[in-house]
Amino acid sequence: MNAQQKPSRLIKGETGDWEVVIGMEVHAQVTSKSKLFSGASTEFGGAPNSHVSLVDAAMPGMLPVINEECVRQAVRTGLGLKAKINLRSVFDRKNYFYPDLPQGYQISQYKQPVVGEGEVVVDLDNGETVTVGIERLHLEQDAGKSVHDRHPSMSAVDLNRSGVALMEIVSKPDIRSSEHAMAYVTKLRSILRYLGTCDGDMEKGSLRADVNVSVRRPGEALGTRCEIKNMNSIRFIGQAIEYEARRQIEIIEDGGAIDQETRLFDPARGETRSMRSKEEAHDYRYFPDPDLLPLELSPSMVADLKAALPELPDEKKARFVGDLGLSAYDAGHLVAERETADYFETVAKGRDAKLAANWVINELSGRLNKEGLAIASSPVSAAQLGGVIELIGDKTISGKIAKDLFEILWTEGGDPRELVKSRGMAQVTDLGAIGGIIDDLIAKNTDKVEQAKANPKAMMWFVGQAMKASGGKASPQAVNDLLKSKLGL
Amino acid sequence: MTELTTLTLAEARDRLRKKELSSAELTAAHIEAVEKARPLNAFVLETPEIATQMAKASDARIAKGEGGPLEGIPLAIKDLFCTKGVRTTACSHILDNFVPTYESTVTSQLWRDGAVMLGKTNNDEFAMGSSNETSYFGAVQSPWRREGSNTPLVPGGSSGGSAAAVAAQLCLGATATDTGGSIRQPAAFTGTVGIKPTYGRCSRWGIVAFASSLDQAGPMAKTVRDAAIMLRSMAGPDAKDTTCADIAVPDYEAAVGKSVKGLRIGIPKEYRMDGMPPEIEKIWQQGCDWLKSAGAELVDVSLPHTKYALPAYYIVAPAEASSNLARYDGVRYGLRVPGRDISDMYEQTRAEGFGDEVRRRVMIGTYVLSAGYYDAYYLRAQKVRTLIKRDFEQCFDAGVHAMLTPATPTASFGVGEKGGADPVEMYLNDIFTVTVNMAGLPGIAVPAGSDAQGLPLGLQLIGRPFDEETLFSLSEVIEQAAGRFVAQRWW
Repeated sequence: MNAQQKPSRLIKGETGDWEVVIGMEVHAQVTSKSKLFSGASTEFGGAPNSHVSLVDAAMPGMLPVINEECVRQAVRTGLGLKAKINLRSVFDRKNYFYPDLPQGYQISQYKQPVVGEGEVVVDLDNGETVTVGIERLHLEQDAGKSVHDRHPSMSAVDLNRSGVALMEIVSKPDIRSSEHAMAYVTKLRSILRYLGTCDGDMEKGSLRADVNVSVRRPGEALGTRCEIKNMNSIRFIGQAIEYEARRQIEIIEDGGAIDQETRLFDPARGETRSMRSKEEAHDYRYFPDPDLLPLELSPSMVADLKAALPELPDEKKARFVGDLGLSAYDAGHLVAERETADYFETVAKGRDAKLAANWVINELSGRLNKEGLAIASSPVSAAQLGGVIELIGDKTISGKIAKDLFEILWTEGGDPRELVKSRGMAQVTDLGAIGGIIDDLIAKNTDKVEQAKANPKAMMWFVGQAMKASGGKASPQAVNDLLKSKLGL
Repeated sequence: MTELTTLTLAEARDRLRKKELSSAELTAAHIEAVEKARPLNAFVLETPEIATQMAKASDARIAKGEGGPLEGIPLAIKDLFCTKGVRTTACSHILDNFVPTYESTVTSQLWRDGAVMLGKTNNDEFAMGSSNETSYFGAVQSPWRREGSNTPLVPGGSSGGSAAAVAAQLCLGATATDTGGSIRQPAAFTGTVGIKPTYGRCSRWGIVAFASSLDQAGPMAKTVRDAAIMLRSMAGPDAKDTTCADIAVPDYEAAVGKSVKGLRIGIPKEYRMDGMPPEIEKIWQQGCDWLKSAGAELVDVSLPHTKYALPAYYIVAPAEASSNLARYDGVRYGLRVPGRDISDMYEQTRAEGFGDEVRRRVMIGTYVLSAGYYDAYYLRAQKVRTLIKRDFEQCFDAGVHAMLTPATPTASFGVGEKGGADPVEMYLNDIFTVTVNMAGLPGIAVPAGSDAQGLPLGLQLIGRPFDEETLFSLSEVIEQAAGRFVAQRWW
C-alpha cells in the first residue's frame, strides 16, 4: 500500500495541513476453555484467584505446556486475516517485575510470531474502501490484576486472568484518521467473531487496543509517535486519536518536538496524558523461553483449518452482491455482524433476497435499534420474517398489510400465514369482487369519470376509493388494471 | 545394624525380595546413620517419620508379593526436588519454609516404584556452585579426608549433600541434578557413581529450575548397577514437561555387565590440558587401558570448540537463571522483606533472600540479556553451543560410540580453599563437564583411582543422545577394574 491509495483526512492546523498516521496493536483474548500454558479455566467473573493453577502462580519447578486449541485459534485468525502462517514460531520471555506477573516474565512471541503479514479491508461510511496491512499476530499470556482499593497500604492480586491467551494483532501504520481507526477495529472485531476466535467483548476486556499516533506534513517522513495504551472502547479510540493528533500538531506548530512516550486516555476529560517516557521504558531482555520447544505446525494442519474456516464478511458480502443482487451498501450492512447475516440468509432463502434485505435492514433493524435489542433476541424470528416475505412475494398481502402483520408478530407472535387467514388480512385478487366495487363507484361518480377521462391522473381517486372500500385488502395492481379497462383509458 | 548400610542398592533389593531383610530394618539402619552423620551437614531436612511409614508400607506390599523395582529402598532427595508436604528450599533463604503442595515427577516415580524417603539433601543454593559452599544451610563436609589430615574437604557441588550421603553410606542412593556438572563432579570427588542422562530423559517438572535448557535430573549411587536401577525409575516421558522426550526407557540394569567388545571410544585431545595433575593423566590412561583390554577400540578424536564451552556456559546458564529466579519476588511465597513500596520490597527481599553467588549469576544473566549486549553475549554463546553440539555429532557420525575423559581437573579441595577471591577459579571445576550439558548428551562419572593423598578421582564417559546403556556397560568395566572407593568414617 502506498499513501496515494489511502484517502487521507487532513487536519487543518495554524500553519497548514497535517496528516495523522496511526498504527494499532490489538490484544484479543483467545476464545478457549483453558489458559495458554495451563489447564486453568478462562471463565470470566470467578471469585478472585479461583482460576489459578500452579503454573499460573509460578510455583517453583512448574513448567508451561502449550494449549493446542489456542494455537489453532491463532492460525484460524491468521487465515481470516489472509496472512502468512509461520510453520515455525518461537515463544520468548519478556522479563519485567510486577506483582500481577507471577513468573517475572510474560511468555510472548518476539522475533518469530506464529502469523506474519496479512490485511484487513475496511469499508468507510462514505463508501470508500481502504486496506489496512497486518504486520503480524502473535500469542502471549495475559497478566493478572492488581486491586488497590481493598487495604489502606497494601494491594491485592487476582491471578484469574494470569496466563489467559491473547493474540496481539499488529497493524501497519496504514490508518489515516480516527474514523479509519474505528472502522478498522470494528471490522477486525467482526472477523474475529465470524471466526469464533475472540468474542470481541470490549467491556469485559476481551479486546483492547494500543494506538500509535503521529502527525506529519502530507508526503513527508513519519513523525515521532506516541502510544496510547489499553483502549477498551471504539468510541474512546476515536476521541483519543482526535485529541492526540491535535495535541501533537499544536506542539509542533508552537516550535516544539514530540517526545516518544506512552500515554493513557482519560475518558472523563477526553484527553491523553503521559504515562512514561522512552527513557523510562523497560529493557525487557527478550530471549527464547527454554521451557518450550519452538512451535512447529504441519502444512496439513494449516490446510485443514483453512478448509474448515467459515465464510468471512468480505466473501459473504461479495456473494450477497453477486449472487443475490443486493447493493454493496445493503450487503455491507448485513454482513457486519455474523448473526445479522445468518438471520438474513434464513429470511432470504428461496425468497426475494432484495425484499428480504429491505425488511431486515429497515423494519427489523430499525425496530431492534429502537428497543435496544440484539438480533439474537429479536421477538420476530428469521422463519417468521421469512413467512412475511413469502406472503408479500406471492401477493397474498400488500406491503402495507405486511407492516401490520410484522407488528402483530413482534407483539403477539404466531405463524404469519395463519394470522393472515384468521384475521382476514389477505389481499383480494378476486376480479369479480373488485369489479363490483369499481362498477359501483363509476355509476355513483359520473363527474369523476369525466375528469379521469380528461386527465388520467384523476384515476387515482378511484384507486383510493376502491382500496378503501375493500378495507385495504384489494390488490392495487388488480384495481389499476380493471379501472383502466372500465374507464377506457 | 551398621552393616546394613554397607549394602549396595542392588544387594538390598535382592535381600528384600527374598524376605531376608525388611525395609523397616534397612530404613532404621539408615535413619540412624543419617543422625550420626550430622557433622557432615549432608541433610538439610531429615524425615525419619515419613521414612518409617513408607518402609512399613513397603514391607506390607512385599509380604503380599507385590512391590515395585525400588520397593523398600531408602533414598535421599536433593532439596531441589519439590516434595509434597515436605519443605523444599533449593537451600536458599528466599524459599524459607516453602512447603510444596505437589510432588516432582521424578520423585513421584521413585515413590511409585516403592522407594523410601530419608530426607532432603544439601546443595549449593539453587544448584549454583561446585563445592556445596553456597548453601544457605552451610557447607557440606566430604566423608573423605586427605591421608593424615583433618582438613575438611568439599564433596563437590552442587549435589554435594547427595554425594556425601551416598559416599558416607547414609542412603542407598540419592537424586541429584546436573546443569554444568553438578552430578558428575561431586561423584568424582566422593568416589561415587553419578549419571547425568540425556537432556529430556527425565522430566524437569517439579524441580526448582536453575537453567532450563541445561538442567537434568539423575541418580548418585554406590555402584554403576545401582545408578542404572535408579535411573530407570526416574526417567521417562512426562506430558507436563514439553522438553521431556517421548521415548521409552530401556532396562538399564540389563546393560550393566554387557560386553563392550568392538565399541569405539573417542579420546578427545582437547581435554588434555596444560598443567593437568599427573594423577589425572594417569587414571585417564589407566581407563583407556582397561577399556581396551575389555575389547573396546580407542580412537583419537577432536572436539575443537571445547575451549569455548565454559565461557559460553557462563553466559547461557546465568541468562536463563536470571529469568527463572524472577519468580522469587516475595509476593506469593517464601521470604518477604517489607519495603517502602513494591520496588523496595523486591529489592530488600531479593538482596536478603539470595546469597552472593546467586546474586552474581542473576546480575551476569541480566547483563548478557540486556539490549545492546544480547547479540554479543547470549546470541554468540548459543552459536558456540551449536558448534559444540556439532563437534560431538561429527564424532558420533564417524562411528564413535562414547568418549572417555577425566571428570574433574583435580581431586576434592578444602572447604573455603577455592573461589574466595576469583569465582572463575571455582567455575574451572566444571571444565570437563559443561560441554556435555551444552550438547545435551548423557555423561557418567565413575571412580577410577585415587590421588597421592588417597582422595578418589573419577573418569567421565560421554554417550550418544539417549544411549545411556552404553555408558552403563563401559563404566562398569572401569568400576570392575578400579574397585569401589569407600570413605573411612571420621564422624
